[in-house]
Amino acid sequence: MSTRPANGLAFVPAPLAQLPWKILLLVLAIGCFDLLVLYSAAGGNIRPWALSQGIRFFVLLAGAIALSRIREETWGQIALPAYGILCVMLVLVELVGAVRGGGQRWLDVGFIRLQPSELMKPCIVLACAKFYDLLPPNETRRFGAIWPAALLILLPAALVMKQPDLGTALMITIGGVTVMFLAGVPLRLFIGGALALGAAIPLAINFVLHGYQKNRILVFLDPESDPLGIGYHISQSKIAIGSGGIFGKGFLNGTQSHLDYLPEGHTDFALATMMEEWGLIGGVLLILAFFVIVQWGLAAALQAQSRFARLTAAGLAATIFYYVSINMAMVMGMAPVVGVPLPLISNGGSSQMTFMLCLGILMSIDRSNRQTTRW
Amino acid sequence: MNRPIFGQSQRMVTEASQSYSFSRRAVALGAAQGVFGLALAGRMGWLSIVENAQYTLKSESNRVNTTPVPPRRGWIVDRHGTPIANNRTDFRVDIIPDRLENKGRVLGLLREILQLPPEQMDRIVTDLENAAGFQPVQVAQNLDWERFAAVSVRLPELPGVAPTRGFSRSYPTGAAVAHLTGYVGAASAEQFKQTRDPLMVTPGFKLGKDGLEKTLEHTLRGVAGQKRVEVTARGKIVAELATKPDEPGANARLTIDIGLQDYAARRLGTQSGSVVVLDCRTGEMLAMVSMPAYDPNSFSDGISHLEWKMLSDNDHVPLMNKVLQGLYPPGSTVKPMNGLALLHAGVSADERVFCSGALRVGTGIFHCHQKRGHGSLDLKNAIMQSCDIYFYEMVRRLGYDNVAPVARALGLGQKFDLPFSSQRFGTVPDSAWKQRKYQTSWTVADSLNASIGQGYVLTNPLQLGVMAARLASGRGLQPRILADHVHPAPALAVQPDHLALIHEAMWGVVNGGGTGGAARMLTPGIALAGKTGTAQVRRITMSERAGGVLKNGALPFKLRDHALFQGFAPHDNPRYAIAVVLEHGGHTVRNLDTPAIARDIMTYLFDKDRALASLAEAEPTWGGDIKTRMAAESAAYRVAAGAPPLAIGAQTELGATAPTDAPAVRAATAADVAASEALANSAAPGNTVAEDGSTETDPQ
Repeated sequence: MSTRPANGLAFVPAPLAQLPWKILLLVLAIGCFDLLVLYSAAGGNIRPWALSQGIRFFVLLAGAIALSRIREETWGQIALPAYGILCVMLVLVELVGAVRGGGQRWLDVGFIRLQPSELMKPCIVLACAKFYDLLPPNETRRFGAIWPAALLILLPAALVMKQPDLGTALMITIGGVTVMFLAGVPLRLFIGGALALGAAIPLAINFVLHGYQKNRILVFLDPESDPLGIGYHISQSKIAIGSGGIFGKGFLNGTQSHLDYLPEGHTDFALATMMEEWGLIGGVLLILAFFVIVQWGLAAALQAQSRFARLTAAGLAATIFYYVSINMAMVMGMAPVVGVPLPLISNGGSSQMTFMLCLGILMSIDRSNRQTTRW
Repeated sequence: MNRPIFGQSQRMVTEASQSYSFSRRAVALGAAQGVFGLALAGRMGWLSIVENAQYTLKSESNRVNTTPVPPRRGWIVDRHGTPIANNRTDFRVDIIPDRLENKGRVLGLLREILQLPPEQMDRIVTDLENAAGFQPVQVAQNLDWERFAAVSVRLPELPGVAPTRGFSRSYPTGAAVAHLTGYVGAASAEQFKQTRDPLMVTPGFKLGKDGLEKTLEHTLRGVAGQKRVEVTARGKIVAELATKPDEPGANARLTIDIGLQDYAARRLGTQSGSVVVLDCRTGEMLAMVSMPAYDPNSFSDGISHLEWKMLSDNDHVPLMNKVLQGLYPPGSTVKPMNGLALLHAGVSADERVFCSGALRVGTGIFHCHQKRGHGSLDLKNAIMQSCDIYFYEMVRRLGYDNVAPVARALGLGQKFDLPFSSQRFGTVPDSAWKQRKYQTSWTVADSLNASIGQGYVLTNPLQLGVMAARLASGRGLQPRILADHVHPAPALAVQPDHLALIHEAMWGVVNGGGTGGAARMLTPGIALAGKTGTAQVRRITMSERAGGVLKNGALPFKLRDHALFQGFAPHDNPRYAIAVVLEHGGHTVRNLDTPAIARDIMTYLFDKDRALASLAEAEPTWGGDIKTRMAAESAAYRVAAGAPPLAIGAQTELGATAPTDAPAVRAATAADVAASEALANSAAPGNTVAEDGSTETDPQ
C-alpha cells in the first residue's frame, strides 16, 4: 500500500510520485473520451463544445492537482467559513434574481460567473464533516448531534430550491445526509426519515414543487402521457440508447443526436448521445470508470486517520456517485428529469468544476493518508 | 437539551466504536453503490439488448420521413382495349402547412400567380386551419403548364408551397360513360378514419366513388410508392433516400364497345333515356348508357355546389343510372313474352279474339289503344298490332299467375350479378306477392293491367334488354360487363316453334306493318325484330276521355308517357339485343322516339358509316353534341342563378353522396314507383289505368 518510490523511479520528484496516477489517468481517459463525444454531438466539429470543454478540463484538472497539495487540516479549517460565505452568496443570488425578475442561479463577480449552489455540493460535505468532527463522540446519539446538521443542510437546500433548482437542492441534501449517516447518527432515524419522505413526496408534489417540476415527476411516472412534451426528453433519450445496441452506431453515426431528436444531447443527456454511438460497451465502461473512482474515494476514507478526513472523503465519494447515478437514472428513464448533469461527460463548467473540487480534496486526503502510513 | 433521545443511548460512544461504526457504514454504502451501479448497467443492457429492435425501429421512423406516392390507377378499357378511363398528367400545387411561413403573403402571391377565385381562397384558408402539420393541403390542380411553371420559378419566395406532377383520372368519352364508370374523388374523412392509411389524405390520391370505379377499386388502385427523406427534428430535409416506386393498378377490361356506347349516348339526343345492348350469344353488355349524365371528368376534379344543384334540379335526372336504377312499367314491350307464356300454357297460336276497342269485365270497361278496335286477331297479329284486348281476354282466362313465371325466366324482376353497387330490380307481381305486400287478394283487373305491362309490373331497362336477348337466343343469358367473367347460359324451357312464332311476330312489328315500323333498318339483309311499348304515368279520367285524351306534347314533361322498345337483330340469326327506354318520351318527336333510336344504334353495329352519317345530320338540330349541350345548359343555369361564370379549377364541395345515391335520384325513382302503384291501386272496376291501356299511339 505504501507508495514510497521504488528504486527504478528514484528520479521522479516526490510530489509527482505521491499523486494517485491510476486515478488521474482514468479521469484523463474519461475527459478525452468526452471530447470525442462532444466533437460528434456538434456534427463532427470541435466547436462549439469540444474545444472549450477540453480547455476547461485541463485547467480544472491542473487545479485539482494543485488542491491535492493543500494539507488535509486546512480543509477542516476553511470548511465552516466557506460554508458561511456560500450561504451569503446564495442569498445574494436570490436578491439579484428578485431584482431582475425570474430565477437566477449565478452571481456575476466581474471576471467569472459564479454558481454558489454548485460549490455548495462539496462544501456541505465539508461543513457536516467538520461539525461531526467537533462533536464529542458520546454526543453522537443525542438530539444535539442532529439538529445542527439538519439546519446546516436545510438552509442552503431551501435557498437553492427557491431558485428553483430541484436537482441541486436534492444533491446538497443527500450529500449532507450521507455524512450524517456515516457519522453514526442512529440508523432508525434514517429508516424513519425514508418512510416520512415516502409519505411527504405526494404532499411535496402538490404544495412545494413548481409546475414544471411537478410535471416532470408525473411524466416520469407515466412517460407515455406526454410523448411530445417533457416525456419527449425521456423517450427520445431511451430511443437513442436502445437503438445504439451493444456496439453502438459508430463514431459520428448517431442519428438521434445529429438530427436534433435528442434534446440537450450535449448537456444533461450526453450519456444518450454517447451510448447511441458507442453502445452498451461505452456505457458499461463509463460506469466501471466512475465506480473505480468512487471506490478509490471510499478506500481513502477508510484509511484516513482523522474523523474529519474520513467523513469528508466518504462524503465526497458519495457526492460523485450521486452525481453520476442520478444523471444516468434520469437519462435512462429510471428517475424524473431533475437537471443533474453527468460530470466529465456533459458539456458545462459547473459540473466539471465540482467534480474536480471533489477530486482535489480526495487526492489531498489520499496524500496525507500515505504520508501518515509511511511511518 | 442534550439528553439522550433514543432509548438505549445510555451506551457510551467512544472514538474507537465510532471509527468502527464508520467503517461498517462506509462499506455498506460502498456495497449499496455497487448494487446501484449494477442496476444502471442492467438498465443499459435492457434498453440496448432486449428493447434494441423496438428502439431501432423508432429511431428509424424518427430519422426517415415517408410520404406516400399515389399509385397510378389502372385503366378501364373496352372490349377492344380502347381506354374508357385512363390517367393524364396533372400539374398541381400544394401547401405543406408545417413549412409555411408568412401565410398571408404566400397566399396572396399564390392568388395572384394562379388567378384563384375568392371561393377557392376561402377553401384553402379553411383547409389550412384544419390541416395536420405535415399533411399537404391542395391549392390547385389541373393547372396548365404556364401557371405551374410560374409557381415553380417563384418557389424561393413561397416557403411551404410544393408544386408536384401527378396523375389525374380522365374519361375521354365524358358524360357518355358517366354511369358506367362512375367517377373518382378524394377520400372522405370517414374513409381515412377507418383505414388510418396516410395515402387517403395524400393530395392527388383519388378513389372510386361510384359505378365501376367504386366496385373495381380493389383491382384498379395499385400499391402506393414511398418517397423517403432523412429529416431533422425540425422537419428540415437532410438527404433524399431511396424512393420506392408505386405499383400501378391493374387494368379492367369491359365487354363494352366504347364506340357503340358513345354513339348510343349521342343518339339519345335531348331525351332522358337509357340504352342497353347485349350480345345474344354471350350475354356480354356492349353498351350501357344512361343520359343525360354528369361529366365524370369534372366530377373527379370536384364540382361546385351550384353544379351539384343544377344536376339535382334537372328533371331529366342526370345523376341517376337509369339502366339499373330506373324502374318503369314495361308496357307493351312484354307482349311477346306474354305470347310465349300463352303458348307455353297451351293456348293455340291460331285462336282468335275479337277486339271491339273495349272490353267489359265485371263493372269496369277496359279500353284498347285502338279506339275503333282491331277486329278479329290471332296471337301473331295481336303482337304486331299490340292489341290490348287480345291480351286482356287471354290473360283473364289464364290468370296472371301463369304468366309471371315466364316473365321471371326471361329476366324481369331479376337481380343480376354485376359489379354495380345499386340495382333496383322492380316487380313481377302475382297473387302471392300481392297478398304479401298489400294483404289483399289478386283481382281480375290486376291480371288485366299486368297483361299489358302496367299496374304492378315494374322493370329496369337492363331487364328489358335481358328479356330481348333471352327471347332472341332461347337461352338464359346472364348479362355481364367484365370481360373475364363467364356465366353459364342454359337453354330456356321453351319449345323452339313457340320461339320462332314470337320471333316472326316481332319481325312483323317492325317490318310487317306493325306498330314499330319506324325501327325498320335500311341496311340491306339485316332486319330488326322488336316490340314497342308505352307506359302511362297518369290516370285518364272519364271526363278527359269524353273530351278527347290529351296528346303527350300538351302535357307537362313529368306527366308524359314513358316510351320503350326492346328487340334484336338480325331477326333470323339473332346477334345483338337492345332495349331503349325514354323517360316521359311520350312519342312526341319521331327521330327521337324509341324505334328510330333502336334502329340507328343497331345500324351502328352492322353499318357504322351509315349510322354516323345519319347522326351527323340530326345532332345539330338538337343543339350540338353532348359536350356543347351540357356547356350551354350549365351557362344558362348559371345566368339564371345569378352566379359568376365557371371558376377555373373549382373544388369539390360534394359530400360523400355518390350521384347514383343522391337524394334527387331517390326522389326520381320513388316518384316512378309511386306513380305506378297509384295507378294500380286506383284500379277499381270501370275506372282503371287500363281504361286507356298501354296505348300504341303511332308517332305523328
